[in-house]
Amino acid sequence: MTATTTPPAVQRPLTGTAAARAVRKAFSGSLASVLVVAIGVMWTIPTFGLFINSFRSKEDAATTGWWVFFLHPSFSLSGYDQVLTSQGGLIIPLVNSLAITIPATIIPIFVASMAGYSLAWMRFRGSDAIFFGLFALQVVPLQMALVPLQQYYVHGLQIAGVTILPSPGVNGTLAQIWLSHTMFSLPLAVFLLHNFIAQLPGSLIEAARVDGASHLRIFRSIVLPLSMPAIASFSIFQFLWVWNDLLVAKTFGGSNPDMQPVTARMQSLVGSYGAHAELLAPAGFLTIVIPLIVFLSLQRYFVRGLLAGSVKG
Amino acid sequence: MATAYVLMASSTAGQAASTLLGVIEAVGGFIAILVIVFFVAGRATGRLQKPIAVVVCLGPALFLVTLGLIIPAITTINSSLKNQQFLGQLETQYIGFKNYTYAFTDPTTQQTILRTVLWLLIVPAAAVAVGLLVALLVDRMKYSSIPKTMIFLPTAISFVGAAVIWSYVYNYVTPSQSQTGLLSEIVMKLGWSNPPNWLITAPMNTFLEMVIMIWIQAGFAMVVLGAALKAIPDEVIESARLDGAEGVTLFRTVQIPMIRNTLVVVLTTVMITTLKVFDIVFTINNGNFDTDVLARQMYADMFVTSQVSRGSALAVILFLAVTPLVFYNVRQLRRERETR
Repeated sequence: MTATTTPPAVQRPLTGTAAARAVRKAFSGSLASVLVVAIGVMWTIPTFGLFINSFRSKEDAATTGWWVFFLHPSFSLSGYDQVLTSQGGLIIPLVNSLAITIPATIIPIFVASMAGYSLAWMRFRGSDAIFFGLFALQVVPLQMALVPLQQYYVHGLQIAGVTILPSPGVNGTLAQIWLSHTMFSLPLAVFLLHNFIAQLPGSLIEAARVDGASHLRIFRSIVLPLSMPAIASFSIFQFLWVWNDLLVAKTFGGSNPDMQPVTARMQSLVGSYGAHAELLAPAGFLTIVIPLIVFLSLQRYFVRGLLAGSVKG
Repeated sequence: MATAYVLMASSTAGQAASTLLGVIEAVGGFIAILVIVFFVAGRATGRLQKPIAVVVCLGPALFLVTLGLIIPAITTINSSLKNQQFLGQLETQYIGFKNYTYAFTDPTTQQTILRTVLWLLIVPAAAVAVGLLVALLVDRMKYSSIPKTMIFLPTAISFVGAAVIWSYVYNYVTPSQSQTGLLSEIVMKLGWSNPPNWLITAPMNTFLEMVIMIWIQAGFAMVVLGAALKAIPDEVIESARLDGAEGVTLFRTVQIPMIRNTLVVVLTTVMITTLKVFDIVFTINNGNFDTDVLARQMYADMFVTSQVSRGSALAVILFLAVTPLVFYNVRQLRRERETR
């Protein structure tokens, strides 16, 4: 409202947002709406089919397509009953998934936000190089690290037969999966959290410095609480990534049913085609329902993380 | 019978409880260590204060990436030059680039590499095309959040979950019986009386598996591109319109050029994901029926068929393929930081 002159009231093209709105309106034709809704429906139908089939009886699901449900509705919870009790045995894998995902999300948050803070606010020679070096480590594919990491967990770090670093004693426990996920997540995590922490108001941190607060204290009482939005974004990212992971879980705990997460369990269910075909739908739905709930309820933060990771600097 | 049932239930509950208790202990222990380290290191004063703080904050991250990424990468490159077959093998020799020659001359591996290139060419392009189309369409639309969420939803679904979901699309049943797969049902309704067994018929099965990947990745492309489109100032659109640009012309001459950088970043990001595709191929056919890709064969080489060095060579090939893509993204990023 700083305009001092009002435009003369003559007939002229619309300007500013009014014009843009007119453009937008002109295009929001029904064709576009129909197309978008059609794509949306196409994208949902496969998941919807799984959902429907998970509530049908073994016989129905095995002999007829899920769409038949709408002609001859039949409803059965026996699949879920079986999956959640002894035979399907999905309870333990679900618990394992949680047991893997929670520490594998919390640990990187601390490690990465500490690193992000030091790289953003404790300027020292080489801090920029370290930052870009960490980010560039994204080039190392997970697959490249699997065998050497496994060797390390079992034998420790050896160079030419000499043990440099002893084995951490985590072999055969969930801890090796937490550690692996933490390591693999750090390039992206440090990058995301650093970018956010670097944008915190410098005056705030300066004021704390003047008051004599140490770096560690500033991190604990100012940086960490203020970084919650970025931490939320990263947490959802990491939660979904770890929960949905198959390769790391398969490598470090795949053979041991006590450590198997739902993805690995599902994969073996699919593999044993026929033997447990009737359990696939309920088990599949249980596998995806937790990430879906997390995703739907926290979509806003997730999108923010996506954008920070791939578009903005 | 009933008691056995109860026993089983209680042992399950017990196991679940002990697992979760272990998690609480671990997380609690981790935080306790942090608190102690912070307390001890926080007592340092004077000239040592900053170096100590740097070591405490940066040390863990650097240690973990060195152990988990840098050293393993070097080890894998080293192993790819040897003739190691199984893990923990003592007698190994350097054999030069034989594993690489093998990868590019062995007919099966050649096929695998070519197939991975096919994935790389088709999936990112298709996912970005769908994402861009939807982003452009909803950019000027009210009430678009529901269809957008519907398209974005598969992003949260694991590849394994997706493979299960799509098995109800690709299921094959003899044509004389009632169909359980949606695809067969549709094409039979359209008049194809004898559809093939989709997932074991090459080369079609590879393309059908690609569809799953496109289904997962399109939402990501849509969200990021949608944000870029929204960031175009209204004035730009307006003046383009005054110059007579409408519809497709507007997309082509104004909107697309203005989001070109984002477009390329999204494309390379999906490419990186696609290059590493493992779960879908592994879960659906375990790489059989001519569907194998680089990441799946590498896994088999390393953990199933005892060809560690050959698998390592494939890992290095993957690494070399990903590197230019990631560096392109880093450069793009640096440029953006400098202009800020």
